[in-house]
Amino acid sequence: MQSNAQLEYDYSVVKLFTFATILFGIIGMLVGVIIAFQLAFPELSNLAGEYGTFGRLRPLHTNGVAFGFTLSGIFATWYYVGQRTLKMSLKESKFLMTVAKLHFWLYFITILLAVVTLIMGYTTSKEYAELEWPLDLLIVVWWVLWGVAMFGMIGMRRERAIYVSVWYYMSSFLAVAMLFLFNNMEVPTMFWANGAPSSAMHSISMYAGTNDALVQWWYGHNAVAFVFTTPIIGMIYYFLPKESGQNVFSYKLSVLAFWGLMFVYLWAGGHHLIYSTVPDWMQTMGSAMSIVLILPSWGSAINMLLTMKGEWGQLQTSPLIKFMIMASTFYMLSTIEGPIQAIKSVNAIAHFTDWIPGHVHDGTLGWVGFMIMASLFHMAPRMFKKEIYSKSLMETQFWIQTVGIVLYFTSMWIAGITQGMMWRAYDEYGSLLYSFIDTVTVLHPYYTLRGIGGLFYLTGFLIFAYNMFKTATSGRVLDKEPANASPMAS
Amino acid sequence: MFHWLEQRPFFFAVMLFLTVAFAGFIEIIPDFAKASQPTVGTKPHTVLELAGRQVYIKDSCNACHSQLIRPFKSETDRYGMYSLSGEYAYDRPFLWGSKRTGPDLHRVGNYRTTEWHENHMMSPSDVVPGSIMPKYPHMFKNTADVATAYANANTQKQVFGVPYDKEGMPKLGSWEDAKAQALEDAKKVAADMKNQSVKDAVANGQVPEIVALIAYLNSLK
Repeated sequence: MQSNAQLEYDYSVVKLFTFATILFGIIGMLVGVIIAFQLAFPELSNLAGEYGTFGRLRPLHTNGVAFGFTLSGIFATWYYVGQRTLKMSLKESKFLMTVAKLHFWLYFITILLAVVTLIMGYTTSKEYAELEWPLDLLIVVWWVLWGVAMFGMIGMRRERAIYVSVWYYMSSFLAVAMLFLFNNMEVPTMFWANGAPSSAMHSISMYAGTNDALVQWWYGHNAVAFVFTTPIIGMIYYFLPKESGQNVFSYKLSVLAFWGLMFVYLWAGGHHLIYSTVPDWMQTMGSAMSIVLILPSWGSAINMLLTMKGEWGQLQTSPLIKFMIMASTFYMLSTIEGPIQAIKSVNAIAHFTDWIPGHVHDGTLGWVGFMIMASLFHMAPRMFKKEIYSKSLMETQFWIQTVGIVLYFTSMWIAGITQGMMWRAYDEYGSLLYSFIDTVTVLHPYYTLRGIGGLFYLTGFLIFAYNMFKTATSGRVLDKEPANASPMAS
Repeated sequence: MFHWLEQRPFFFAVMLFLTVAFAGFIEIIPDFAKASQPTVGTKPHTVLELAGRQVYIKDSCNACHSQLIRPFKSETDRYGMYSLSGEYAYDRPFLWGSKRTGPDLHRVGNYRTTEWHENHMMSPSDVVPGSIMPKYPHMFKNTADVATAYANANTQKQVFGVPYDKEGMPKLGSWEDAKAQALEDAKKVAADMKNQSVKDAVANGQVPEIVALIAYLNSLK
């Protein structure tokens, strides 16, 4: 058996996915900023004919950031964390190396095709499952490849017990596989065209109406769980202790939080359908389980915060620690906000309003985005064997993006509650007080603020991309791998 | 037990999967038979309406418009009777949406006309000052995909047993029959429109997207 010191990890696939994370991040966030400003200044919706309307671009944004940026980040960190915590190197297996590379290229092609087909208007309409059936088949192929790589790597491990991070990546692989398959059960209509020259890029859902909605939100909610939550928890369980040099605060808490999250998460999907036509007991269950969900969510977050016990001084010295602690804090905010919105009476006001995108974005921008960028920053000196190019740029990025997020969610809180209250307002004669358009025009300042918040975040992301690029190309060469705190030039 | 599992990835994965999937078994399976019964009087969409529904999906109208009226007085006052499960029995996919940047459309056919939609889709802010909806002039030029709408309807009929061609239900027949019927329906919509190029296109046997879309919107009642 090789000793740890001699084990040389392979970063070729990690680098490819890192590149994809940055590329799709820029595209996805840029589209996000554009559509945010389209709501404030609708003329922007008509600059590129049918290809530039809000409707065409919105799925591009959600797919771009969820399945472009976030998934790339998950895969990049998986191939990094996986090798290290399992104590194996991809170099040791030609087969797994081939699988991993194939995984990357098929994935990359799929996302490029997704961009093209979504702009052209090929969509199933189901949120976060918009891609049409040929692309879905492609996704199944590389998802399976990821599974082969994952379990192959686990099979080759030298470390007997698998680390918490790996549990979370595993859960992501298994749950998304199940959710994706069931929600994307669709029938291509070309096989029943009966001679009509119909499109090959069209399918209809296996489920109809209320059932379709039920399956969709069972998927939609849990795509959030197993793309935006569990793998990101996997990241923080590895990168925070590693960067800070601290042990994870509590093993027991990590076990409790993990299995709790796994059991509770899927029940909560029903909170997307409160006051809809799905059975009442499911709505109530979704509502109640959302409250229960606070426990395992905060369990992980508190475990991470307590990991810093006695070492809070690092928050002052390391912007990287700052990113991770802020990420964990936003995770706590987001996982208390979600359950609040799932309470039936709150949901009556919040549902269909801008408070929902507001909630999504304090999670995605604050938690997912910060954690992925922090992870890549931590990985950079190890995979490029260079010092991080600039600490001050990292500081700048941190504050620009934090301000951006705060602008985003505060404006959307106000917008959402304003709109929700206006929709239900009656005058003294018992007539509706506002026509619908009144509840739209009132939102203009908040939409503008939200756009500016998004622009801040995008600017920060471009600084991140520049910092990473300079690290890879002109960072000072390190002669040995840093143990904990990542070295960075001022 | 957890230590044991953590050293045995296979059993770990099995346990994990069962734990995650549990809620799905309980929630989804029992409800399937019950929720898919159509309400009395609910009919599947005609081919022209389906073509319009496809336009609605293509341009992601559902990104900003819901089709789900919740059982609150403020909603029934604004949009009409609250939505019933059976009304959606033929909706593949469902189009409830999750965001009301614009108003709900589940019963828009009750209170908007062809003429209103024509003006509104061309330039929403001229009809509703302050509207932030994009203009859709391309719908007046693009041709609706009636062939795919036919394949869509026929798939529903053959695969899912949707009652096309039954008594009192929309006719489907062969592709030629359906095409002729869709054009016939399109003519009725175009008769209430004033855009000359749209009228000409329909007279020449073509169905612009706007005609199909309006047929669909008018059918939402």
